[in-house]
Amino acid sequence: MNSRLGLAALGALALAAVLAAAPYAALAQKSGGTLRIYHRDNLPSASIHEEATISTVMPFMGVFNNLVLYDQAKKLNSDATIIPDLAESWSWDQTRTKLTFKLRQGVKWHDGKPFTAKDVQCTWNRLTGKDPDEFRKNPRQVWWQNLKEVSIKGDYEATFNLNRPQSSFLSMFASGYTPVYPCHVSTKEMRINPVGTGPFKFVEFRRGESLKFVRNPDYWKKSLPYLDAIEWRVIENRSTRILAFIADEFDLTFVADVSIPLLKDVTSQAPKAVCEIAPQYVSSNLIINPSAAPFNDPKIRRAMALAIDRKTMIDILSQGKSDMSGVMLPPPEGNWGMPPELLRKLPGYSGDVAKNRAEARKIMESLGYGPQKTLKVKVSTRNIPIYRDPAVLLIDQLKQIYIEGELEVIDTSIWHAKVTRKEFSVGMNLTGVPVDDPDVNLYENYSCNSERNLTQYCNKEVDKLIDQQSQEPDHDKRKKLVWEIERRLAEDLARPIIYYDRAATCWQPRVKGFVLHHNSIYNNWRFENVWLDR
Amino acid sequence: MSGYLIRRFFLMLVTLFGISVVIFVMLRLVPGNITDIIFDSAGFVNPKQKQRIERELGLDQPIVTQYVRWIGGLARGDLGYAYVSEKPAIQEIAPRIPVSAKLAGLALVFSTLFGVTLGVLSAVRQDTTLDYVLRVVSLSGLSLPSFWLGLLILMACVQWFGWIPIYRSTPDSFWKELGLLALPAAAVGFRSSALVMRLTRSSMLEVLRQDYVRTARAKGASETAVNYRHALANALLPVVTIVGIEAAFLIGGLIVTETVFNIPGVARFLVEAIRWRDYPIVQNLVMFIAFVVVLVNFLVDMLYTVLDPRIKFGN
Repeated sequence: MNSRLGLAALGALALAAVLAAAPYAALAQKSGGTLRIYHRDNLPSASIHEEATISTVMPFMGVFNNLVLYDQAKKLNSDATIIPDLAESWSWDQTRTKLTFKLRQGVKWHDGKPFTAKDVQCTWNRLTGKDPDEFRKNPRQVWWQNLKEVSIKGDYEATFNLNRPQSSFLSMFASGYTPVYPCHVSTKEMRINPVGTGPFKFVEFRRGESLKFVRNPDYWKKSLPYLDAIEWRVIENRSTRILAFIADEFDLTFVADVSIPLLKDVTSQAPKAVCEIAPQYVSSNLIINPSAAPFNDPKIRRAMALAIDRKTMIDILSQGKSDMSGVMLPPPEGNWGMPPELLRKLPGYSGDVAKNRAEARKIMESLGYGPQKTLKVKVSTRNIPIYRDPAVLLIDQLKQIYIEGELEVIDTSIWHAKVTRKEFSVGMNLTGVPVDDPDVNLYENYSCNSERNLTQYCNKEVDKLIDQQSQEPDHDKRKKLVWEIERRLAEDLARPIIYYDRAATCWQPRVKGFVLHHNSIYNNWRFENVWLDR
Repeated sequence: MSGYLIRRFFLMLVTLFGISVVIFVMLRLVPGNITDIIFDSAGFVNPKQKQRIERELGLDQPIVTQYVRWIGGLARGDLGYAYVSEKPAIQEIAPRIPVSAKLAGLALVFSTLFGVTLGVLSAVRQDTTLDYVLRVVSLSGLSLPSFWLGLLILMACVQWFGWIPIYRSTPDSFWKELGLLALPAAAVGFRSSALVMRLTRSSMLEVLRQDYVRTARAKGASETAVNYRHALANALLPVVTIVGIEAAFLIGGLIVTETVFNIPGVARFLVEAIRWRDYPIVQNLVMFIAFVVVLVNFLVDMLYTVLDPRIKFGN
C-alpha cells in the first residue's frame, strides 16, 4: 500500500513537473508554418528605439536580441525572470556602479556582419545622444540618465559605468524596448529596413497592408525559431479584424485588442479560441494643467480628485474588470503597487464617494462656486474611444461638484503636441509603462527633467525620493519608498490615475509556446518559442 | 470642335492649378504638421529635434518656395518623398491606384448594369408589383450606408460560411481578384445602382410618353425595340451624367468600403496620409483624383455628342 502511495506521489510529482515546464517542454514542437497576426494600425516606423508604441514593438521585437531579456515563458516580469540573451552573463562591481556584460561570440547580424561589443557601445551612445548619428526621436533617453559611459574590452565585453548605483538598471535592458542595434546601419535605415540578430529577418512593410518576417536560418540559438515566417496584416477597422479572427484568418490577435465587452462575442463565436484577460499596464489618468487658472489653485485640483468615482468608471467601461490603483500597477500582477489598505488612504480612493464629493463641494463653495455659479471647463482628450469614453464619464462626475465640463476632442495625431504646448486645462490621458519597475514609471512620467512628463509636474522633494528609491538595494525598503512617492504624487495630484485597464488577447488553440505577459504588454514578442500545432 | 477641345484643355489646366493651390494651402492651415505627428508616436515633443526634422523636410521654407518646389517636381514627374515611410511617394501611391480603379470600375459596372436594367423594367412595368418592389429596393439602396452594408456582408459570410471576404494579398489571377472585389463592389455599387435605377426610371417614363415612341409603336416596332432602341437611347443622357459623377466620386470616395473590407486602395491611404499630414502623399493623391474628375467630366461631355448627335460643342 505504501509503495503504491509512493508511486502515486511520484507520478503526481512527475505530472506537476511536466505541467510546470509547459509550454516550453520539449513535447513535440513542430517546425514550420507561418504565424498570422493582425495589426491594428499603421506603425510610425520600424525603429523600436525611436517609438513609444506597442504598434512597433510587437512586430519588430523578433528581429532583435537584447543583452538580457524577460523570460518569455514566465507570465510575470520581475528581476528574477531576467535571463541572458546576447549577454551570456553579467556582473556588478563592488561599488555597484559598473555593470559588465560578457557577450556571446559567433553571433551575426542579418546582413552577415559579426556582432561585437562595439554594437553595444554604439547603441547606448545613440540612446544617450553621444553618437553623431543620433536617433531622430529618443523617447526613453531618461532611462539612461544615470549612464556615464559604455566602455568595451575587446570584442566581447561591455561595461556600463553609472554615475551612482541604480538597483533596477538591469531591468531596463530586459524590455522589448531595448534591443541592441547594429553600429554599421544608420538610424534612418533602421526606421525602414531594420537589421538585427534575432530569430526573424525583416522582409517588407507595405504601408496599410502587411508586414513580413522570415526565419533567420543563421540564428545563434540553433534549433530556433520554430516558425518559418510571421505575417502581419494591417486591419484598421476593429469589427473587421475581430470578425477575421473569428473566421480563423489569424492565429493571434493584436495584444489587448479584445475589450471586455467584445470578448463575449469572440468566445461565443469562436469557442475554441484561447483568450486571456490581463492588465496592460496602461493607465487612464487625469491631467490638469497647473499653470492654467483656476487650476493653479491646488484646492480645485484636490476637489476634482475627490469627485472621481473610480469604481463606477471601471464598472461601466470594463464590466468591473479593470483595476483601481495608484501610480504603480497594483498586485497581484504588479510587483510594486500599493496594497488596498494603503491605497484607500489616498485622496479620492476611500470608496466613500458621497463623503468625498461632499468634501469636494465644500472646497468648491469656499472658492465661490455653487449650483448657481458653476466652473466651466473644457475636458480635452484624444479622439480615440479608449480616451473619449472615460472623459465623458469624468465630465458627468465633475458635474457633482459644480464643474461643468465640455468635451474637447483633439485630433489624435496632434494630442501630444497640444499637451506639450500646455494648450489644455483638464485632460484625459492614457499612459503605458513598458517595465514594471519604479524607475521606468517614475522617472519617465514624474521627474522634473523628463520629456514625457506631460504635465511638467516638478517637485524637487519627490525627485529626491525617486533617486533614493532608485539606489535602494533592499527590495522591501525600496517598496516602502515607492509607496511614499505614490502618496506624495496623489496628494500633489500630479496625474491622478483613474484605473489600470484590462483587456483580452486571443489566439487559436494551435498556437503553442506562447505566453502572454501579465504585467507588461511590451516584452514578450520574440516569438522564437512559438510553434504551430497544425 | 478643335477650338473647343483646346479651350477645354486650358480650362482643365486652370482647374488643376486652382486645386493645387487650394489643397496646398488648406493642408498647411490644418493644425499640426508631420513633425508633431512623428513625435506623437513617441509620446512627447522635443522642440529642438522637431526643428531639425522640419529643416530636413524643408518645412522651414516659406510656403511659396515649398509650393514651387512641389509643382516643379510634379512637372518633372518627381512626386517627392513620403514623410512617414521615407520612400519615394510614387512607390507608395502607384500600387494603390490599380486596386481602387478596379474596385471603382467593378462597382460602376455593377451599378450601371443593375441600375439601368432594373430602371427600364421598373418604368415599362410602371405601377405593377415589380415596380413597387424595385422602388423599395432602390430606396433601401439610397438609405443604407455602405459601411453598414459592408459589415453586414462580412458578418453574414462569417456566420454562414465561416469565411470572411477581406483583401488578403495581391491575387495571382484575374478571377481570384474578381472574386475578392465582387462583394465590396456590390456593397458600393448597391447605392449607385439605386441612384441610377431611379434616374433611369424617371427618364424612361418621360421619354416613353413622347410622340416618337408612340410613332414607333404605331409603325409596328416590337416592345423591346421601342423600349431599348428608341426610348432608352434617349433616356440615357441624364444617366450618363450621373454615372460620370459617380465614377469620379468612386476613385477617391471608397474610404468606408476600403476600410471595412481592408482593401489597400487610394481612398484609405489618402485618409491615412491626411491623418499623418504626409503632405507629398496627400498633395499628389488629391491632384491625381482631381485629374480623374476633370478627365471624366470631359469624357462625359464628349459622350453626349455620341449619344445625341444634335449636341455640337464647336459652336
